[in-house]
Amino acid sequence: MMTTDVSTIVITHSQEVENPDTVAIQTFGFWIYLMSDLIIFSTLFATFVVLGKNFANGPTGKELFDLPYLLGETLFLLCSSVTYGLVMLAVHHGRKKRVLIGLAVTFLLGLGFVSMEINEFHGMIAEGHGPDKSAFLSSFFTLVGTHGAHVTFGLVWLAVMIGQVAVKGLTSPVQSRLMRLGMFWHFLDIIWIGIFSIVYLMGVM
Amino acid sequence: MGQAPIDSTGVSRGSLKSYLTGFVLALILTAIPFALVISSTWSFAVTLAGIFAAGIVQILVHLHYFLHLDTTSAARWNVLALIFTLLIMVLFVGGTLWIMSNLNYRMM
Repeated sequence: MMTTDVSTIVITHSQEVENPDTVAIQTFGFWIYLMSDLIIFSTLFATFVVLGKNFANGPTGKELFDLPYLLGETLFLLCSSVTYGLVMLAVHHGRKKRVLIGLAVTFLLGLGFVSMEINEFHGMIAEGHGPDKSAFLSSFFTLVGTHGAHVTFGLVWLAVMIGQVAVKGLTSPVQSRLMRLGMFWHFLDIIWIGIFSIVYLMGVM
Repeated sequence: MGQAPIDSTGVSRGSLKSYLTGFVLALILTAIPFALVISSTWSFAVTLAGIFAAGIVQILVHLHYFLHLDTTSAARWNVLALIFTLLIMVLFVGGTLWIMSNLNYRMM
């Protein structure tokens, strides 16, 4: 690796091929970003736990949350995590068509999750249980909404990667981007475990 | 097509078996807390402990089977960064709860 001369790097760069070290560094850098995101979520969780019982005569979690509906959202996200894993397997085997199908399925499952969440939020706000109602609802919408916004950006990223795989093929940079998107997507599913446990299940207890 | 760069990072190595094992375990670990809360046959403390235990184990399952975190040299820095982040999280969440409950107690 150390003997690679500059001219080779310039040529390979234009063909979208990267140095192995670059991928490792980018992966680690993205991991550090995920850890900083984890700290954002931990502060929102702390806020929710502190404020979560201040209902201000508004509705409680027990009145608002529908557990079978929540289970549906959870399964959408879990299945999308698994289909993304299958995408990475197809990437390893260089099966472009399977990668595209897997990304499309993951996108649809993620879209199902976001749609269900928007529908849930819309229903709550329409009934007058918006974030302005109580400290409980403010912290609820902030925490769950931040997660939903992350998933929405993940969907944008998925759409971009479908385009890149279709146009550029499974080049090394595209592969490394797919890998980071996978880290992001699995990470969001892990955050969701915390949300359904602490916000919803403990709110209904 | 460069397969080698992706393999060198240590986070993406998975097999069909590992994803399916993770999926089945995650399904079971999701079903347990939902069943505990919906049936509401157990005491508050048992249900709470069940939710936390299933949640923590499921997070570990996701980290192992989906993110493939382990102690190989490639993933060691990721694990170290995660452990450091967990320390910060304990300080943030634990500290917040401690201070706010103390304030609440003093204002009663």
